[in-house]
Parts: sequence; structure tokens; C-alpha cells
Amino acid sequence: MPRSRRSSTSRRRACATRSAGSRARPRNRRGNPVSGAFESAFSAAALRRGAPWLRGTGPDSDVVVSSRVRLARNLAGLPFVRKAGREQRDRILSLVRERAMSAGVARCAATGGGGQTERMLWLDIHRCPALERTLLVERHLISKEHAKQGGGGATAATPGQPAPKEAAEAATEAAAASASAGGEPRAVAITLPDEQLSIMVNEEDHLRIQVLRSGMDLDSALDLTDSVDDALEGAGEPAHGADGPGLEYAYSARFGYLTACPTNVGTGLRVSVMLHLPALKLTGEMEKVKRATRDLSLAVRGYYGEGSDAAGDFYQISNQTTLGRTERAILDQFEHQIIPQVIQYERHARRVLVERRRRVIEDQVLRALGVLRHARLLTPEEALTLLSQVRLGIYTGLISNVPAQTVSQLMLLTQPAHLQRLLDREMDQNERREARADLVRQHLAGE
Amino acid sequence: MKCDKCASEATVHEVRIQGGKKVERHLCEKCAREEGFAVQSHVTVPELLGQLIAEQAAAAKSEIGVPTAPIDPTKIQCPTCGTTYGQFRHSGLLGCAVCYEAFEAPLSPLLQRAQEGGTHHTGKVPKRLGGQRAAPPAPAKAPAAASGLEERLRRLETLKKQLNAAVAAEQYEQAASLRDQIRRIESPAQESKG
Repeated sequence: MPRSRRSSTSRRRACATRSAGSRARPRNRRGNPVSGAFESAFSAAALRRGAPWLRGTGPDSDVVVSSRVRLARNLAGLPFVRKAGREQRDRILSLVRERAMSAGVARCAATGGGGQTERMLWLDIHRCPALERTLLVERHLISKEHAKQGGGGATAATPGQPAPKEAAEAATEAAAASASAGGEPRAVAITLPDEQLSIMVNEEDHLRIQVLRSGMDLDSALDLTDSVDDALEGAGEPAHGADGPGLEYAYSARFGYLTACPTNVGTGLRVSVMLHLPALKLTGEMEKVKRATRDLSLAVRGYYGEGSDAAGDFYQISNQTTLGRTERAILDQFEHQIIPQVIQYERHARRVLVERRRRVIEDQVLRALGVLRHARLLTPEEALTLLSQVRLGIYTGLISNVPAQTVSQLMLLTQPAHLQRLLDREMDQNERREARADLVRQHLAGE
Repeated sequence: MKCDKCASEATVHEVRIQGGKKVERHLCEKCAREEGFAVQSHVTVPELLGQLIAEQAAAAKSEIGVPTAPIDPTKIQCPTCGTTYGQFRHSGLLGCAVCYEAFEAPLSPLLQRAQEGGTHHTGKVPKRLGGQRAAPPAPAKAPAAASGLEERLRRLETLKKQLNAAVAAEQYEQAASLRDQIRRIESPAQESKG
């Protein structure tokens, strides 16, 4: 297969790479190092614009907050991450980096529909300070495991599991605890400024390719994930751009794409949606939904992922079966048969609530707005729960003077790392509660 | 809705087509279990593994006429990375690609349960291996051209719908990208020349 190297200028334009430690970093007020690339990508001004996948736009966005498609891949001839030594993990990192930061992949992400990719950012997670890592978790660009683990494999237990109430705050502390250790080589590549695509390297599998979209938008997310997967493999060259060797995936004719956990084997595909289901919760129908979705082999999780409670009545629903069906069949059933029913069910419950218990619901959502407008101290969980109520109020027409986008933005900005990044200083839990309440008041005042 | 067999609330609902007619059944959890319906919540991998290994051990014990001693599946070891099946059972994670072959015997029934009966991959195939859909069931090495074609046609249809919507919404950048995707599918050879 003929391969020609792209000019170095075109590569530089397409990719903004960074290896921490290779250049002097600016420091924030408490002396924590912040990388230059990170600084510009996730500046306070950039954060204020919110996360593209949390804009509250897209189809069915009254119920579907966001859609996500993820592919798990491993490289042939190397042990899976948990069994790989440091050198092997370094090798995985450099192989993926060479390819993920190639002009071919960047071009694929830029033309792959939906987003506005201008460049790709590569972050060596094991060298990132705690705040950067937690911020990436809060923006759903990397998993909590990817941020926390000191030694690789995603099985690492989390000692002193936090009470759900303080989950987000404790995650910050935990990330801080393991940040200085450096840890095993792991990284993430992110498209900017749209943040639609992120490729985690050395998480549970060598690669986790994920695309996040606002609202119900799984079809185009799968198309992009699929074409990025091809581009990483160097397929279709020279049409996709030939630079650097393509990746060779671990694959068997019988089991398909081989993954560290057999629950991902086959397609390696996980499709999920984050749903806002406050009316089903209020009417006591949520248990039925959970039971029904589980019978259909779907997993139901809370806002903070596995093991977390459904804070603010946000639920992630995803497929469990990855073997024996095609990617399109998995997605079609999920997107066109199952999720629309849940959406209809929630909408119906909202209508019934407003028709039959209008005063009660009105009281509840307006009280939530009142607390948010006047509170002096707020925990992240409380903020999320109240914002969820306000969101319900907006989509049922009971609150008309607060834009849905403000609520979406606050869901993100009130989280610990975002707060600290916005104010450019580290804060303890109590300081954050104060700052959180101040921020919410600023955003909701005079609406 | 009440259970068909007792007065409890029905939680399991079944619709069957018998002789062209729709037959509905509504059962409570207890009656459903008696009728042989599996009513179980999500089971984790370690739990599944635990059950399976126990079942296999019981089966091995009761087997008559096998000259060799029953093999303890937890002792099976991957020749490449050294992971034992017991370790996998404990962590839920395999060590390398070869583990799938090394543990195929104990892993297959587990996979079948965890994957809702799925035993063979029928999805995407890496481009270096031809990139066509795998044939169901997979052992046949020749890719199923028909299923690959069907998939392509289906994707084309979806893309064309999206293209019309994008044009109608005057989102020309997205339309251009969709048009390129359609071209790639319709004539991959031509695209690679350009």
C-alpha cells in the first residue's frame, strides 16, 4: 500500500499535540501547573460557553440530554492494558498517538458531520494535574477510571467509596491524591473546539473511541465513530490521508473485536443516552422503566456513571449486548424502538402531572428556582437536583423566564473542577459551596 | 393489570402469535417463575461466572465414563500472558487476545448468557481483513456479500434522508459532508483515486 508523508505544516495545522513536561507551564495562583494547550482549550471563557454536548439542543432534547457512541479496540500483538508493562503501555501510547494525531484522522473528524473540528488536542493524562483530569471527567471526555487509576486497569478499587451525596467532591479529592504519583502511561485525544470526539488510550482497553452529541443523535455519532475507527486503521488510504502506519486491531473471526472484558467483545460498541426522567420518577413509574430496560438487556445508570444514584433524575441507558448482532442492528433497536418509548412515557407522565397535579408541580419547580436564586451554600448534588426541577419546569411550561441552556450550562459549571477553573483558584469543599451558590445566583438573577 | 393466574399485579407480559392470532398473557413475578419465565435483574459478570463454574463443576462430577479426572476450569492458563481462568473470574478482565482461545471452553457458555445468546460476531470487520460484514455464524471465512450489501444500502438510505434534511435546513456544510459520505459508499474505488 503506497504511503506518502504529509507535509509537516499540514500536520501541525491539523493537530495541536502536547506532552506535559516538555515545555514550561503557566501556573495558577496556588502554583499548580497548567499546561498551555489545556489553558487555551479549557479557559474560563471557553468553559462559560458550556460543553457542546450539553447545549440542550438536538432532537427530543426535552427528554434526551445527550447521546454517546463508543467503540472499544485493542492492538494486535500486545497484552491488554491490565497485563501490559510500562514499556508496552508506552508503546501503545506512541503507536496510537502517531495515528490519532495524523492529518488523516483529524480530517476525518473535521468532515465527519455535526461538529466543527479545527484541531485535535493530545493530553498525557498520567502527567496532568488533578484539576485538569477532573475537569475532563466532568465534561465526559474521559471516564472517572481513566482519571483516577494510578496503575492502569480500570478495575482499580476505590477505597473509601464516597457517599453519593458528595460523590463529585470526593472524586476531586481522589483525583488529587493520585495526581502527583504520575502513574502508568495513558492519554486522551480530543477534537476542539467541538469536543465531539475523544479517544481514550490505555483505559480498560487500548482504545476507547467515543463521540458525544447533544440530544438524540446516535446515527451520525455512529457514522463518525465508525469512520474515525477506519481512519485509525489507515483504511481507504490514500483517500483518508496517508501518514504514519495504520493500527492493527486484535480481532478474531468468531469473537470479532477482542476486548479486555468479554461484555464488550464483538462489535465493542456501546450506545447510550442520558435521559432526564423527572416525571417518571415523581409518578413512581421509574422502577417499571428500569425493570423493562433491564429485561431488554440494557443497563441503567446514574449521572455520575456506574454505581451512582440517579442524581437529579438523570439516567444513562446503554446497550449490554455487543456480540452476535451488527452495529447498525444494535443501534437501530436502541434508537428507533426502545428509547422512543421511554421518551413518550416521560412526556405522557409530564402531561398527566401538569393536568392533574398542577399546583403541586408548580410549587415544586418554582420552589427549586427560589432556592437556587437565594441559596448561599450549595453542594453539587443539591444544585443538580434543583436544576433538574427547574428543567422540568421549563419543559412543562411552568417556568418561562429561564432559558433551558442556562440550566444545562449550570449543570456543568457547578461541578467542582469547573468552579475552580472558572475562578482560577483551588478551593476546599466549603469554599466551593459558597462559590457554587454565588455562580448560580449570578446566572439566574434577573431572568 | 392483574395476573392471569392469581390476584397479584402482573409484571410479565407476553404476546405470542398462534395460528395467526395474537395471544396475550399477563403474569405476576411468582407465577411467571413457575411458568418458566426468567425474571431476573441485571447479573454482574463475576456472579455469572460464579454460577457457571459451579454448574460446570457439578456437571463434571456427575459425568460417568470419563477416564480422566474432571478439569478444574479455574486452573486453565493462557499460554501467552499467564492469566488463569480463576484470575479472570475474579477480575472480570482477560489478559490478552489469546485468552479468548485459551478459555474458549469455559468462556463460550458464559458469553452466550452475557450476550443474550450471541455466540459469533456478525458486525464490522477490520479493513485489513477485507472490511466486509462477518457472516453469521462466523466460522465461514467468506464474507457474506449479501449482508454487507444490505448494510450499505441501508446506510445509504439513512444518509440520503439526512442529506435532504440538511439541504432543507440550509446546513450546507453538513450537506457537503453527507454527500461525500454517500459518494464514498456508492463508489469507493473512485473516491480513493481522487
